[in-house]
Amino acid sequence: MAADGILTLTDSTFDEQINASDVPVVVDFWADWCGPCKMIAPIVGELAVEQAGKLKFAKIDVDANPDASLRYGVMSIPTLLVFKDGQVAKRLVGAKGKGQLLEELGDFI
Amino acid sequence: MTSTGDVRNLVIIGSGPAGLTAAIYTARANLAPLVIEGEPSSTSDQPGGQLMLTTDVENYPGFPEGVMGPELMENFRNQAARFGAEFLTERVSRVDLSQRPFGIWVGDPAAPEPTFRAQSIIVSTGAQSLLLGVEREQELIGHGVSTCATCDGFFFRGQHIAVVGGGDSAVEEATFLTKFADTVTLVHRRDQLRASKIMQDRARANPKIRFQWNSTVESLVGDEKLAGVILRDTVTGEVSTLDVTGLFVAIGHQPNTGLFKGQLELEGNGYLITHDGTRSSVQGVFACGDVQDQTYRQAITAAGSGCMAAIDAERWLESTEHGTTDLPDW
Repeated sequence: MAADGILTLTDSTFDEQINASDVPVVVDFWADWCGPCKMIAPIVGELAVEQAGKLKFAKIDVDANPDASLRYGVMSIPTLLVFKDGQVAKRLVGAKGKGQLLEELGDFI
Repeated sequence: MTSTGDVRNLVIIGSGPAGLTAAIYTARANLAPLVIEGEPSSTSDQPGGQLMLTTDVENYPGFPEGVMGPELMENFRNQAARFGAEFLTERVSRVDLSQRPFGIWVGDPAAPEPTFRAQSIIVSTGAQSLLLGVEREQELIGHGVSTCATCDGFFFRGQHIAVVGGGDSAVEEATFLTKFADTVTLVHRRDQLRASKIMQDRARANPKIRFQWNSTVESLVGDEKLAGVILRDTVTGEVSTLDVTGLFVAIGHQPNTGLFKGQLELEGNGYLITHDGTRSSVQGVFACGDVQDQTYRQAITAAGSGCMAAIDAERWLESTEHGTTDLPDW
């Protein structure tokens, strides 16, 4: 796991890492050329620290890993997908503030 | 000049080129500005402003090779932070401009006490993209409908898509999207574009761009994903279907002045009215950038007016004895 507590996923490690988690995993689909993705990155970082133990946070660069976005129908970034027991349990499209994100993730915390 | 008690000298609302330039100048003038930069959002106003949704900015002076919009804004912000500007990544929910110090609420707008009090305010809340307002538009955002070409263009490789609008941003988006899509149809309600000559020439020379003149989007087709749009011809009234899997909306902007309705003088179309530089209708409240500019609306003009607002606010604060009613001319 990275120092900031956020897992870095790739197309080849995606399933393995999602399935290995015993808590829900929030996956941040992002890319370097996406301004709103950069805006939410620090918020995702804060949530990863604050919700440690209840939620796991991960990110995947869609540019380098096209398969995952194709498989999960991601057509807009940032998108956050919440995986519970290996299945998509929630889809959050677009940048959101911390309060809004916490509210949306409430069911999993 | 320091803050008295919990009353700040200056709060800047909004963090695009205007707000951040005002922050750089007022921070260097030791006014210890607080910038309430807004909340991240893909569909409304956002920290960093409209340039956060762009790629190459080719007309900002000082960058002969161009610069990425988000990178430019990160630089603006770092420069302001370097001189001591404070940042709060939240959205202002209410202001009270009826007396000084002014009240500014973040979070619950019904809270009895404001979150911050300030002797002066610089309003730089900018403008946000308009949506079409057709049925299921919101629902299909992220499923074919997009407000951010730079974010989402990547997902439309080899597909047929459309851009709605006829101004600079629409034509720029259409051109950018040809990097990915097979064809980009520019849907415009008139028979000519408003975009600048250079952008138009670039689009016309691009074999992937088609033009659908005199057309408006009537409705969206597709259940879980966008499959097409129904167009109406504005001249004949004829209805047709355009098979596209992506729709990018770039039909213009509206100023973010909802917070100030009834408190600051606004134009009929919502833009903030300024006079004698950047003064609003309330003494001690200044405005800069797109929120008060319906003519130029460029990053450089926003930055320029942010500098003006900073100087105006600084001079006004200097000439005002805090806490007295003996105010300079407004």
